[in-house]
Amino acid sequence: MKYYEGDCVIELDVNNEIRKATVRPSDVLLDVLREQFGLTGAKPGCKNGDCGTCTILMDGLPAKACLVLAVEAVGHKILTVEGLGGHTPIQEAFVQYNAFQCGYCTSGFLMVCHALAERKPNADEYEMEKWLQSNICRCTSYQEIREAVKSVLKHI
Amino acid sequence: MIANDFVYCKPGNRREAVKAYRALSKEDKKVFYYNGGSEIITMARAGSNAPDAVIDLKGIKECNKLELEEDYLVIGGAVSLNTIEESGLFPLLGTTGSRIADHTNQCRITLGGNISGTIIYKETVLPLLLTDAKIILYGPRGFRRLQFKNAFDQRIKLRDGEFIYQVKIKKEMLSLPFTHVKKTAIEKIDYPLVTVCSISYGNYLRFAFSGLCSFPFRSVEIEKILNDSQLSAEERLEKTHGLLPEPPVTDYQGTGEYRLFVFDNIIKAILERRNNEVL
Repeated sequence: MKYYEGDCVIELDVNNEIRKATVRPSDVLLDVLREQFGLTGAKPGCKNGDCGTCTILMDGLPAKACLVLAVEAVGHKILTVEGLGGHTPIQEAFVQYNAFQCGYCTSGFLMVCHALAERKPNADEYEMEKWLQSNICRCTSYQEIREAVKSVLKHI
Repeated sequence: MIANDFVYCKPGNRREAVKAYRALSKEDKKVFYYNGGSEIITMARAGSNAPDAVIDLKGIKECNKLELEEDYLVIGGAVSLNTIEESGLFPLLGTTGSRIADHTNQCRITLGGNISGTIIYKETVLPLLLTDAKIILYGPRGFRRLQFKNAFDQRIKLRDGEFIYQVKIKKEMLSLPFTHVKKTAIEKIDYPLVTVCSISYGNYLRFAFSGLCSFPFRSVEIEKILNDSQLSAEERLEKTHGLLPEPPVTDYQGTGEYRLFVFDNIIKAILERRNNEVL
């Protein structure tokens, strides 16, 4: 049985690198990624699971890092926008289609879109919309984001 | 950031979970069983209901089970809504779950968490009420196997230290024709004004509702009225209003009157469609 109390040292697999952090069990993953690992790509937005700016991938599935305890992430593979490396098809597509304005939501959108393209490359419009609805763009770049995602999916 | 500290433990089996509960809940400590965590983290961050300890059930193999057995579909309490939907094994539950929160959150929200959380809507309850599901609870006194309708009355009736282990649904109930309608005030992703689930079982419509009252429910009396073909749709609806278990909810999303209006329109559409199918 895993048991964590008080300050404890955990190891997390983030972007294919094992990293140690000292956390409280009540620390959320978002804060640990940003404050201990300096991975500031996941952005604090609503911190309530609504906006999606803090989206990371956990074992390949999108998760809002504000709603994951850091201790829960032990033993799972975490991927942040830094781990995408800058030249994935979806990142190239976002540049090509100008799929951002202020950019604050971009890393969260990239993670959702990357996961969609990896897991469901044949996704249809309905599926795409369902995944994208998890994230909010306050600048309303939705049309450009949609075009960028479409360009990396196979059958739309 | 969550201001208060708590203990986190992740048992590897059900006995460890109960043992941890017993140990941690001494001295009036507030101990929560934990699945997806979205509601617990949100409440703890807001300071409205912070635990002293959480026991993560995702490490229990049987709570992660999603499998067709001989006569039943078995769904563990820690199975996520997204996993249920993607499996395609229980389309009504999959569809209902796919309209709770958003897709990313559905990858974390679990069946057990949705049923036993404090948010009033608990829409996954509706398919379980309609399909005569069974629920298996586990706690300090071992297993309890109950009809879901007997275990859920406004909320899940858990004894101290119990958690949702599994839910079982008869195979024959999984693929019945169904309707799922969720109406929200403005945004597609939001809590419901009204959610209606309906299945057709032996040419008889069963109905369950969320959002209309402060808890999800199925009413046999309401079903009788709604299936009474001697009455017009308007007459059925009028009689139905008097059979609600409590007055419709009035809150920031809509008044009780408006909820009733939405409810009437959903039911009318379902009845009309059924009439067209029969004709």
